[in-house]
Amino acid sequence: MGYVWSLLRPLLLFLILYLVFTVFLPVGKGVPHYPVYLLFGIVLWNFFVEVTNGSVGAIVGKGDLIRKINFPKYNIILAVSFSAVINLLLNFIIIAIFMIVGHVSISGDALLLLPLLIELYLIAIACGFLLSALFVRFRDISFIWEVITQAGFYLTPIIYPLSRIPYHRVRELLLLNPIAQIIQDARHILITPSALTIHKEYGGDNWIWAIPILTVLLMMIFSSWYFRNNSKYFAEEV
Amino acid sequence: MDGIAVKVENVSKNFVLPQEKVTTVKGLFTSFYKNRRKPKQTLHALKDISFQIEKGEFFGIVGRNGSGKSTLLKILAGIYQSTEGKINTYGKLVPFIELGVGFNSELTGRENVYLNGAMLGFSKKQINEMYDDIVDFAELRPFMDQKLKNYSSGMQVRLAFSMATRAEADILLVDEVLAVGDADFQRKCFNYFKLLKKQKKTVVFVSHDMNAVREYCDRAILIEKSEIIKEGNVAQVASSYTKMFIESEGSVEAKISRKRWGNNDFSYTDVRVIPKTATMQTEFIEIKARAIAKKDITAPVYGFTIKNGAGTEMLGSNTKLLHQQVIPPKKGQKLTITWRVPNVLNQADYTIDVTAINEHDLSEYDWWEDAGSFAVSRDEHTAYVIEPPLQVSVSHD
Repeated sequence: MGYVWSLLRPLLLFLILYLVFTVFLPVGKGVPHYPVYLLFGIVLWNFFVEVTNGSVGAIVGKGDLIRKINFPKYNIILAVSFSAVINLLLNFIIIAIFMIVGHVSISGDALLLLPLLIELYLIAIACGFLLSALFVRFRDISFIWEVITQAGFYLTPIIYPLSRIPYHRVRELLLLNPIAQIIQDARHILITPSALTIHKEYGGDNWIWAIPILTVLLMMIFSSWYFRNNSKYFAEEV
Repeated sequence: MDGIAVKVENVSKNFVLPQEKVTTVKGLFTSFYKNRRKPKQTLHALKDISFQIEKGEFFGIVGRNGSGKSTLLKILAGIYQSTEGKINTYGKLVPFIELGVGFNSELTGRENVYLNGAMLGFSKKQINEMYDDIVDFAELRPFMDQKLKNYSSGMQVRLAFSMATRAEADILLVDEVLAVGDADFQRKCFNYFKLLKKQKKTVVFVSHDMNAVREYCDRAILIEKSEIIKEGNVAQVASSYTKMFIESEGSVEAKISRKRWGNNDFSYTDVRVIPKTATMQTEFIEIKARAIAKKDITAPVYGFTIKNGAGTEMLGSNTKLLHQQVIPPKKGQKLTITWRVPNVLNQADYTIDVTAINEHDLSEYDWWEDAGSFAVSRDEHTAYVIEPPLQVSVSHD
């Protein structure tokens, strides 16, 4: 039952997006395979949101367990992320179907998707660790995070093609966001080479990838450190 | 006994009182000004606790509500971190702070067995093997495919306990598990404890039930106001625990109740017990009560009662019951009444009441409660109230 909905959800979402953004509000005019391009971006973004939103209340939600047995607390966050990974894989099936229907050609470069997905997983879980540990102490983090994800949805080029932003500087700035970088790179690899990537925007310098990747790694280190230090006291504070 | 199972050294635990804490990001801003003026208040849940538990020992932790014993258990289980001090445990430790931790009411009984089993550290294959035993022990075979939310609370506890008995641990922490369940379930619990004892498992047992503590524990500690106030012998710990209640209840009653009363015509001056601490070698306990008559007394009856820590009257007698002729003392006369009591008492602390009444109108000359006290210590003892010398013989026909 759960899997059926996991498949139906992106399908219905795709239908809505297709109607809104190609029929009523054609923002993606000129982008090849725009419907799949759009769906792919949404699926990746939703994965990030699913992990982080699921994590925020996860530690507190398992308070009953935490107060009664001792176990590595990071397992709770890993469990949240694994269920999101399963959903992501199911969503990829839908995307694959639309790619075949839409005659999107795939090259060997598609394998590069794997490191990008790992990067996405890392940033999602880094945020998850930090948010869940913060929520134990500050119970309004969930509201704050809700607003941040809303803003993030529009700050990340998901529904609009990045090329529609007229200012080069803004495009550069937006691409420093690791999630924007991941989504654009993934689209570039899988859907259309016309997708603007951080590499292209910064004039073909390979080193530019170091910025988002280092950001992700530093976040991972910081949030694991914070989570580890605080997890000792979860039982007292949940 | 071979080695140490748990070593607790100078453990303290402080909690910051929750009302002092900022629990929102908003609060970080709004309370910034307020908090600077107030010093933080902390609650000292445990103060400098040290003890050791040997391998194979059944160790009791007793104390009143709020004394800190559950905090101690949670620190032992690794759920809480101690603020100061060190805890070393040797061997696999499984805590039962509560039965059925992690049971999911939306899943069936069968699924919960696997879930809970995984939490106890079993693989799926291991649970497959023990599944039938678990179900039979819980007596829930017809219900295993129903959701747990449709179980009665008794059924849930039975399933949880059945799971718990499977835990393969060197050290078990058990917190008030016996407080739930009907008589039948409690009997099962007791049988399980007997089995654990036979298997020489180390068990740390937190309870209010002094009978259970007396019966199973080899050693115990009593915690009161975050500190260990008594350690060692179970009977002594149990009796000082029960005494604590009598005293605290007594403190209200004491002002009303009279520990000593009478018409003052005759009064005891001092009550001594020889020896003060009776051992297994002590055959007779002598109670020497000295008294003085302030007026001429008629038809006196002298008596005594020995009470245990819980206030239960263990034994007693008086001169009339013993058909002892008593010459009524004249004014100013001093006398000593000596009771010889065979040492049949079990290891504990005892108090003595001494009485002197008028045989005819039953008016009290002097009635003195807790006039004296003594202790009995035995190297070997049973869980029963008295320990008279017993003999047994078995003959085959």
